Amino acid sequence: MDKMNHLINKAEAIRRSIFKIICEGGGGHIPASLSIVEILVALYYEILNVTPQTISDPGRDRFILSKGHACVSLYAVLADLGFFDKSELDTFGRSGTILGGHPDMLKIPGVEASTGALGHGLPFGTGIAMAGKMDNRDFKVFVVMGDGECQEGSVWEAAMFAAAHRLDNLCAIIDHNRLQAMDTLDNIVPISPLADKWRAFGWHIMEADGHNIKELIDLFSTLPFQTGKPSMIIANTIKGKGVSFMENEPIWHYRMPNGQEMRVAYNELGIEPQ
Amino acid sequence: MRNAYIDALYELAGRDCRVLALVADNGAIVYDKFRAAYPGRFINFGIAEANMIGVAAGLASCGKVPFAYTIASFLTMRAFEQIRNDVCMQRMNVKIVGIGAGFVYSNLGATHHATIDMSIMRALPGMTVFSPSGPIEARKITKEAARIDGPVYIRLSVGGSPEIYEAGYEFETGKGVILRDGGDAAIFTTGSITTEVLKAHGELKNMGINARVVNIHTIKPIDKDLIIDSVSKTRAVITVEEHSIIGGLGSAVAEVIAENGIAARFKRIGLNGVFAGGYGTYDDMKERNGLSANAIVRETIDCINKN
Ligand SMILES: Cc1ncc(C[n+]2csc(CCOP(=O)(O)OP(=O)(O)O)c2C)c(N)n1
Ligand SMILES: [Mg+2]
Repeated sequence: MDKMNHLINKAEAIRRSIFKIICEGGGGHIPASLSIVEILVALYYEILNVTPQTISDPGRDRFILSKGHACVSLYAVLADLGFFDKSELDTFGRSGTILGGHPDMLKIPGVEASTGALGHGLPFGTGIAMAGKMDNRDFKVFVVMGDGECQEGSVWEAAMFAAAHRLDNLCAIIDHNRLQAMDTLDNIVPISPLADKWRAFGWHIMEADGHNIKELIDLFSTLPFQTGKPSMIIANTIKGKGVSFMENEPIWHYRMPNGQEMRVAYNELGIEPQ
Repeated sequence: MRNAYIDALYELAGRDCRVLALVADNGAIVYDKFRAAYPGRFINFGIAEANMIGVAAGLASCGKVPFAYTIASFLTMRAFEQIRNDVCMQRMNVKIVGIGAGFVYSNLGATHHATIDMSIMRALPGMTVFSPSGPIEARKITKEAARIDGPVYIRLSVGGSPEIYEAGYEFETGKGVILRDGGDAAIFTTGSITTEVLKAHGELKNMGINARVVNIHTIKPIDKDLIIDSVSKTRAVITVEEHSIIGGLGSAVAEVIAENGIAARFKRIGLNGVFAGGYGTYDDMKERNGLSANAIVRETIDCINKN
């Protein structure tokens, strides 16, 4: 129970961090970053075997943020765990920083793939999972994708391929917040029934409350869900979680709050005003 | 530029019911007016650029005139084979409109920069390639694209690019524009980096160097006559592009010079085999990647002084 409280507090701290980094850096995808906080906390604090000391270890678990626009969430977690110095967070988006609006694996310790164009993380992660099997290693590969991202054809090409090659060391998590950039998926190109689609492509699907750390950890702990099949968690989430006026509002996808809005958000997230 | 494009598209749609606006989960509010007026002719494909271009080609085969618009890097590269096979190989009347030319999406990083799009679009048989330098030109190019029967690529910067032309500016496809004249050097440029070149021109002038500045708004077909004329008069040629120097404006100008056997000092300014580095603001990016007015001044002087 103590541990769970600790992780819940972590998630809250990460949320505050995300909001401050993006507002001070002058631009970024706030709601998409807030959407995946608990998923990252569950993975990085409980599941992944990677530490700042093992970022080049061939046996480490791999985490790929395919929806790279949510990178600030990942930056906040990596900094908290010591993959790089926390002071780097203050340089986000600025000239000469290592922390841009999408993650760069050549610059940031602990980042496994340079993402930003949607639909690349799953094929890349599939390649890593395949190499793991070839080399008889027992690491796992985790890929977080957006639900809108699943509109890209490349996602389904990888889905079919990973199942064909029985990559049960691969686990994809869909951040199912039902929004994409402009609107809801339902108003643009619906992807439901999401679970049935993935199941039909040969994956084992579980659903979870994507903001419930315990539920996520419990699921991750039982991987693979089925021997010989890639695993998928459909994480039901709220885009913009934690900032009331951003929750489920497409307009906030890439917008910065004004002074008044910022005060409201600071208050809701529990950030001390300076 | 984006607003100029969307306004022009709106006007085109009013006159021609074959004109369609295609997007891929990009450009939310800016299309509101279009969407309200022509709801059946605004199609959002979601995050699926390749499918958007494939469908556009099919629509065009039935006489529609689709303008497919999204972030230039995803549009030209994710959907490249669809552009090549479905649009160009079959000579379909599809307009491909990329937003975010060069590294104007500065801190979003290399995935969001379009710095080889001119090279790859120029290489496609039958493709006309436009690169407007500001809103007025973007507007004229959009109208012109509708008149052309065949594949067109338009490379737009973002909203709020500064204007370099007066309202009466006359645009002609394939004809470069002498923005400033001078005999000491010829600087060819394209797109929104033109404003930086004009600044450099002013600084050079203060130093007693008179450069001709030519805006190449049509990358393909390129204005051979104006290139030959400018090179013959100055014998010192500089190209400036917010793009790779491999395959873009600099290469296109070099091809004309070489094929016409004109001896000249020559320098391409742009990204030399690298992804644009640095993050920060657009101005920070220009500075870091050798495309500030100062860098252009320096390189121009070097080029003039070369033996
Ligand atoms: C290939 C590609 N096309 C378009 C974009 C622009 N873009 C960035 S985020 C986004 C919406 C993503 O929606 P979703 O995958 O549901 O993620 P969410 O923002 O909801 O977390 C779009 C269209 C992109 N980054 N990559
Ligand atoms: Mg989503």
